[in-house]
Formats: sequence, C-alpha cells, structure tokens
Amino acid sequence: MDILTSEFFQRALIGGLLIGVTAPLLGLFLVLRRLSMIGDTLAHVSIAGVALGFLIGVYPIAVGLVFALAASFAIEKLRKAYKTYAELSIAIIMSGGVALASLLFTLGKGFNMTVTSYMFGSIYTLNDTDLFVIGVVTAVVLILLRLHVKELFLLTFDEEAAAVNGLPVRYYNLMMSVLTALVISASIKIVGALLVSALLTIPAACSLVAARSFRQSVFTVVIVAEAAVIAGLLIAGVWNLAPGGTIVLLLIVILLLLLVGRVRFRIRG
Amino acid sequence: MMPEPYVIERQETSPSAAACHADIITLQDVAFSYQSQQVIDKLSFSVQQRDFVGLIGSNGAGKTTLLRMIVGLLKPVSGSISLFGTPAPQFKDWHRIGYVPQKNSFNPLFPATVREVVLSGLYGRQKLFKRLTKTDQIKADEAMHAMNIEDLALKKIGQLSGGQQQRVFLARALINNPELLILDEPTVGIDTETQAGFFHLIKHMHQHHRMTFLMVSHDMEMIRGYLGDKPARECGKLKFYVRHSHDVEDCGETNISHSLKGLRQVLEREKEGVTPWTS
Repeated sequence: MDILTSEFFQRALIGGLLIGVTAPLLGLFLVLRRLSMIGDTLAHVSIAGVALGFLIGVYPIAVGLVFALAASFAIEKLRKAYKTYAELSIAIIMSGGVALASLLFTLGKGFNMTVTSYMFGSIYTLNDTDLFVIGVVTAVVLILLRLHVKELFLLTFDEEAAAVNGLPVRYYNLMMSVLTALVISASIKIVGALLVSALLTIPAACSLVAARSFRQSVFTVVIVAEAAVIAGLLIAGVWNLAPGGTIVLLLIVILLLLLVGRVRFRIRG
Repeated sequence: MMPEPYVIERQETSPSAAACHADIITLQDVAFSYQSQQVIDKLSFSVQQRDFVGLIGSNGAGKTTLLRMIVGLLKPVSGSISLFGTPAPQFKDWHRIGYVPQKNSFNPLFPATVREVVLSGLYGRQKLFKRLTKTDQIKADEAMHAMNIEDLALKKIGQLSGGQQQRVFLARALINNPELLILDEPTVGIDTETQAGFFHLIKHMHQHHRMTFLMVSHDMEMIRGYLGDKPARECGKLKFYVRHSHDVEDCGETNISHSLKGLRQVLEREKEGVTPWTS
C-alpha cells in the first residue's frame, strides 16, 4: 500500500486525471464524426517522432507532437482527396508512421527499451516536464472546447448545416486536428501509443449506449474515463500490474456492463 | 452644402426603401458542371421578397445543385450569385436564410435530442463565443411548437420517424425567423396527410408572414394548385413557377417571432378537414 503515497504514484494519478478529461472529450467528437481510428494513427506516427527525438537528443514528446500534427494535417488533406473513402487516408498515414518508426528504431539500437515505454505507456516515469506539458495541453483543450462546444456540436452532427449557418468550418476542422495531435502526444507516455485509442474511443462508445442527449454524453465520457483511470491506477499499483493495460481493460469492462445492463433493461421493459 | 450624388442609388439598395419587392436571390449567368458534364448553363433568375418559387425539373436537371450553390455549399463555375443584394462570397448574414436539405445524413445513434438539434439552428457567426440565453430557449420552444414537435423535445433524433425528423429540421430552419426559406423536396418520405398539413403551413407562412420561399418539389399538383399552370421561366431542364404575394396586411410586421408563436392557433382555426402534424 506504500505505493499509493509515493511521489511517482501521485504524479501518475495527476497525469492520469488530466488526460482522463481531455482524451475522452476529444474522442467523443472524433467517434461521432466517424474518425475513431485517427487516434491510433496519430499515436503510431508520434512514436516515430519519439524515436527521432531520442535519436537527435530532443524532448521526445515534443518531436512526437510535431509528427502527430503533420500527420493530422496530411489526413485532413487526404480526406478531401478521397472524400467518401475517408478511412483510406487514415490507413495510409498509419502504415507510413509504423514504417518510419521501425526505420528509426533500427538506426538507434540503444534506445529500443525506452521507446517501448512509449508503446505501452510508463505512467510511473512521468517527470515534472511531462506533467507540465500535460497540464498545458489540458488547459488549452478545455478552454477551446468550452468556448466552441455549441459550434463543434453542430459541426459534428451536420457539417453542411454548420457551413450554411456561416461557421468557419475549415478553421474548426483545423482546430480539431491540432487538439487531437496535442492530446495524443501528451497521453502516449501515460497509456502508451498502442492503447491511447482506447481512452479516446471507449468512453464515447459507452456514451452512445448510456446518454440520452449530447449534454449527457459529454458528462458520461468524462465520468467513465476518470473512473477507469482512478480504479485502474489503484488496482495496478496494489497488484503490480501494467497501469496502461489495466486502465484499458477496465474501460472495456465498463462498456460491457453498460451493454449488458441495456439488454436486461430492454428485456424487462 | 454640396448635394450628395449617390443618395438615390443608396436608397434603392437599402432594404427599408425597397419594401416588398427587393431582390433576395440574384443569379447572373450562373453555370455549373460536374467534371465535364454541364449541369446548369447560363442561368439568370431573381427571386424577389415574398415570392414563392417552385422549382421543378427531371432527375439530373440540377435542382439540388442550384440550391447548394445558393447556400454556398458549391461554387458556380462561372457567373455570380447575390443574396440580399450582397455578392454571395461576401455575404455574412446567413441567419436570414433557412435551408432544409433533401436528406439529412446523420448517424441514427447520434446522441442528440430534438431540442439540441433545433437550437443548433442558432449557432452562426453572431452566436460565436456567446452562451445560449433564455430568449434562445424560448425561440426553440416556439419553433418546436409551430412544428408540433414539442412533445418530442427530449427524444433522441434517431428514434423519430422520417416525417418527424423532417419537422425537426424545419424547426431548426425556422428558429432564426429566416426571411428566405430554401426547401429541397421537403415532403419526400412523408405520408399524404402530413404533406397536406405541411403545404398548408408553408402557404400560410408565405401569405401572412414576410417570408420568401424557394422550394424544389416533385408534387406537380401542389405546384400547379398554388403557383399556376405555367412556369414563369425555364432554363435548360429547370422550370421556375412563381407566385408573388401581395397580402400586405402583415408586411409591416416586424415581430415574426410573435407570429410564429401564433402560427399554430391560426392554423388550427384555418384548417379545412386536414389534420396537420398528426403522425
């Protein structure tokens, strides 16, 4: 139980709680726009950035962020080129990211172990800089979402109606791309690149089952994600399990419980 | 003092001086093509305030394309479009225009209530960085009341029938009290009884409110019945049927929000055997 009072655990808890607000909120908009896989793609590309960061000796999360930003712009461009096959652009960028990452891995043989911590997450190794970055990202995301939640709702529900209402749709799409890249590069050290997509999409999946309005779904995603983060970190800390994996599995358990609950409710009702 | 030489011209273009007959949509030599296929060629037409324009044409005639160009979703290949006297690229007052597309392709699982969708009609440039006010909520109530969907306010949009959804999108278009309402086959997939109620409603809005209509329809019976047998203009396969309203008694009415509220009472008094909005 000593682990719960230790400094590294408390850092982990703070980092987890911050990402537990931003990732699912952005994820909600992404899932509703049928862009569920974008998180996975950007995370893979950011891993290539992280590897490059280690190779050239620059703060890895920063290089990861630059890569994620470039990738999200590329996806947005390709999305226009292939219009109705939007997921194609995501697949192309994802394979490009993985390819680049594997190339960079082989270039710098010494840091393979450190990069692994970004693949699966290493929340216990968060340092002050990491926490500061996560804090700033959270503040930026929350302020922008609070200011534009109405417009983003309309954009997500009906992009054409948003355009006809005179909203600057292109700027909003750009803003969402930047915010997504920010959140993903900030969260890969916590849950890991392979699992970051879960924190974006599973809370949204839960809200599709449980929420009766958009307002409710906003609260649902945050509550679900925070519950999984807190419980996951405690369980992982006490039984010495992988924290990222524990959080993701808990998210899936919550989703299953909600699905089962709905089926039973339907049978009774 | 020197006389100001441009005064007269300026008065002509100001909306107050032009009263009931200002041009609301002006199309000049508008052309559009998808890749190599010419859809619309050299179309010049204008819609005046309080016109009811019915747009008829076979499949592929470019009806929807034309409406999408007017609301700015497509750019004409050549020619120009003006809205309320302003060239479309510079036009900013989109809240003066309500648009109901042919098909709203939203995901049926989308977690949004009818009320949330209706309110979203308000989210334009003037609402940026502003919270919703009590007045906005009242506007939503009125628009839903006019469309008789207030009982559905808290339902998820995906749970409604096609006809109910169409009324939600009409309520969303009406919430701004638009001066111009653009409708693309608004009654497709709606049963005949509801259709009759709907036509009754828009005729009423045309005659007694200061609202201008541009509507694509396949319903020749309705078009001929209200707009006459002969199209006022033809261009390629597009036919424009026009009826201009001179029922000026409400023309000076500025508080349309008030009349929208009274709309249903009036309708219920007026209806002749048709039961609008029962589904």
